[in-house]
Amino acid sequence: MTRNTDGTPYAPHTDAETAAMLDAVGVDSEAALFDIPEGVAFDGAFDIPARNEQAVRRTVGRTLDRTDDLTEFLGRGHYTHYVPSLVDDVARRQEFLTSYTQYQPEVAQGFLQALFEYQSMLVELTGLDVANCSMYDAASALGEAATLSQRVRSVSGDRVLVPENLREGKRATLEQYARGPDLTVDSYPTENGIVDVDGLAERLDGDVAMVYAETPTVCGAIEENLSAIGDAAADHDALYVLGSDPVALALLERPADVGADVVVGEAGVLGVGATYGMGLGLFVTREEYIRQVPGRLVGAAEDATDRRAYTLTLQTREQHIRKERATSNICTNQAWLALRAAVHAALLGPDGLVDLAEECVRLPRDLAARLTEISGLQAPVNGRHHFREFQVRTDQPARAVATDLESEGYAVHVVGEHRLQVCVTDANAHAVDGFVAAMSEVA
Amino acid sequence: MSEEPDEAGDGPTDDAPTGDDRTGPDQADPQREYSTYDQARWSQDGVYEPLLAEKDSTIVEIGGEGDTTDAERGDESEDTEGPLPDDLTRDSLELPGLAEPAVARHYARLSEMNYGVESGPFPLGSCTMKYNPRFTEDLARRPAAAVHPDRSDRTVQGVLGVMHGLQDYLARIGGMDAVTLQPPAGAAGEFTGIHIARAYHEANGEERTEVVVPESAHGTNFATAAMVGFDVVELPSAEDGCVDLDALRAAVGDDTAALMLTNPNTLGLFERDIEAVADIVHDAGGLLYYDGANLNALLGRARPGDMGFDVMHYNVHKTFATPHGGGGPGAGPVGVTEELAPFLPTPHVTRAPEEEGGDYELVEPERSIGKVHGFHGNWPVCLKAYAYIARLGDPGLRDASAKAVLNANYLASQIDYEVPYGPFHHEFVASAGDADAADVAKGMLDYGVHPPTTKWPETVDEALMTEPTEIESKDSLDDLAAAFDAVAAEDEATVAAAPKRTAARRIDQVAAARSPRLSWHDLERE
Repeated sequence: MTRNTDGTPYAPHTDAETAAMLDAVGVDSEAALFDIPEGVAFDGAFDIPARNEQAVRRTVGRTLDRTDDLTEFLGRGHYTHYVPSLVDDVARRQEFLTSYTQYQPEVAQGFLQALFEYQSMLVELTGLDVANCSMYDAASALGEAATLSQRVRSVSGDRVLVPENLREGKRATLEQYARGPDLTVDSYPTENGIVDVDGLAERLDGDVAMVYAETPTVCGAIEENLSAIGDAAADHDALYVLGSDPVALALLERPADVGADVVVGEAGVLGVGATYGMGLGLFVTREEYIRQVPGRLVGAAEDATDRRAYTLTLQTREQHIRKERATSNICTNQAWLALRAAVHAALLGPDGLVDLAEECVRLPRDLAARLTEISGLQAPVNGRHHFREFQVRTDQPARAVATDLESEGYAVHVVGEHRLQVCVTDANAHAVDGFVAAMSEVA
Repeated sequence: MSEEPDEAGDGPTDDAPTGDDRTGPDQADPQREYSTYDQARWSQDGVYEPLLAEKDSTIVEIGGEGDTTDAERGDESEDTEGPLPDDLTRDSLELPGLAEPAVARHYARLSEMNYGVESGPFPLGSCTMKYNPRFTEDLARRPAAAVHPDRSDRTVQGVLGVMHGLQDYLARIGGMDAVTLQPPAGAAGEFTGIHIARAYHEANGEERTEVVVPESAHGTNFATAAMVGFDVVELPSAEDGCVDLDALRAAVGDDTAALMLTNPNTLGLFERDIEAVADIVHDAGGLLYYDGANLNALLGRARPGDMGFDVMHYNVHKTFATPHGGGGPGAGPVGVTEELAPFLPTPHVTRAPEEEGGDYELVEPERSIGKVHGFHGNWPVCLKAYAYIARLGDPGLRDASAKAVLNANYLASQIDYEVPYGPFHHEFVASAGDADAADVAKGMLDYGVHPPTTKWPETVDEALMTEPTEIESKDSLDDLAAAFDAVAAEDEATVAAAPKRTAARRIDQVAAARSPRLSWHDLERE
């Protein structure tokens, strides 16, 4: 009973079994099962050699290792906090890792409950009523919020306003989502890293469907005008969409208290770590928009014994039921990352989350104070409170400073000819002394 | 895995399924003992495993008179004030605060109440639930892969090298000229591909307003076309379950931007007229879009590019065995012909010529549609797919499709339900006949198998859309067939009362949707 070793290692068939199965089907070869016309049959080769597991690990590992080992002081939308070991351990359980979307809730209670708990945590953090189980990332969640504005009856107009300093990748993604419903993306001014409320007011009119603001903003500043922005949006019946993340939300003003209609952002700051930009888009909104929400929702239900259970719910919003009238085309989302974020949040608890958030205020404050003592550097560029990151003015060309820093083993953002951006969290705080020393060398 | 039934103690014993009360169809198939499955079922005080918030709820006050977080902890530091002025902070935060062992136990129990691919067969049609080789997880967790997306190209050559390698593999497998890895899921791949079609037509000065989609297509196809701003033209199937060429000729015209097609289609049938389909669409000036959901059937046997498709997406969490993780993350790379390559999303990974050092670089394609993801897509998922393809190579990929198609055909031959359409490939759609397909699915849950996709496509009454994939052995397919037949032999009342051995009994989804409770806050308000 030897298994055929010439094919995929993940098919268990022995030659005898294959023969018996072919016999049962009534054909004499596997090839006879394919009903492919000759004109389109492929008889070439991909020229991809088969390898054993060890060889793949070695080959791919060798390629990966061509990446330089730099200590990153990078943020701007992709943040790293220390991820406790338990997160990985839980997430790698096959029951979570290898399961599918919970179309049969009776055998998927575990994942459904974890997602229900994830949704609940976001409800607590935002003060809004309805969180979905995830969007792809913060950028696509923003895009979905823009399309939501077109389905909300109280909102008219086809312009969405975003801060002029919105990160380029996020804006480009938003513009992609805006193209279908023919929305125009316009920007409003900012002042020293936060919203210029008067400037925003000048851009507002009845044609604006959505106002988007962020806290922390792209340069790490904590937005100080959240309520005023909400009032301005409300005056023009525009949807107020706020971008943030669950660590910042543990400390900063609660979105429900500043009039936010939708909160989007990056929940992957918990449980995920650096992944070259893989995201976990959070999407939370008011109950009145519940039937317009994109993506999966998990709800409480009762089973035949009248006990509480969980199920995907309100699926008539979704593409597999509603087709072209669905709220979005999203199907596969980032559920496993939502599980990871929830485990991380559960491990931190409210004390740990608030402590972490406060650290995200103190660490950049301390680092900026140290950098600004270095001749040729001024930090932070604006006088705001910062979260995780801040900008640094350099006397030298910023690009050259960053390149020299890479040689010293550190990565930072170049955001202007004489401007860097530096991000510090619990994950890289241990490297601050070395970083400051390197900065003194190269600045 | 410890599985503790809850009959003992103070659980709701009256209604508790015992696992023994099932009137068994033992005699239904004397040839085959069916398997059964008793899923773990944790419960306490009349509810299943309590919510985190029911285990603990801690309120932390923020700001105000000093920071109680630090104060409560007896922190000796002077810094008991929060670091921000009050008007920039919230007042308090209330969340569960459990110690690590309690958190570990919570999630261990939840995991026991969840069915995965390693639990048993998972033949969800159209979902390609394969085994997920674990070494790919190890590769994805290597520190060299854990980098920030804004790193300079020259410092992430390893990441870009793997991405470039995967682009190349996928292009070869699909018969396409260029591939982007940016779309983070299949539906995002469709979104990208249809945007490319839109941009292509616009670049040619043409305003085409319609996308044609067969009635049996995935719901995402319709939704995607609408999201990109097209009108959807639904195409009825011919009696044989394939594209009706006359209907297609009538449907396409000057307004047609694209036809979206899956091949093999949702019934598992290869669209034998694919070349004629391509001609009709191309003659009308439209593009042909390939939905890669069913690519597993064709690995090494046929390529979308050779069939005349201009643009396609790959579902790497289907075809290339990256874990589905209970709903994602997946990845939906998009392949295009040379003519469409300038429209790919930005940035795109390319390689400098050898004489210039052969470095990998991120570039903006000439007429790029822009971005579909904030950064570079789901990189760790792409890395796993690359490792899987590198492991299988040509012989493995070709064998995967062979065994996937063999398994589907063998399983269909072993079950009592009728399969109206053929010849099918990696999946088949059986009909539950007079029974309710959803009930049949619930019944199957007690036999240690995951049921097929139900009630779709609508071309088959009470559809049971079944895709066992290549990973099941003859033995487990026999088990699966026994589960089908056991349920087929059960009376209506028994099936209607199923499942009994799962963590939760039959869940009332209609009532759940009528009064949505989407957070533990909603439960408290009751």
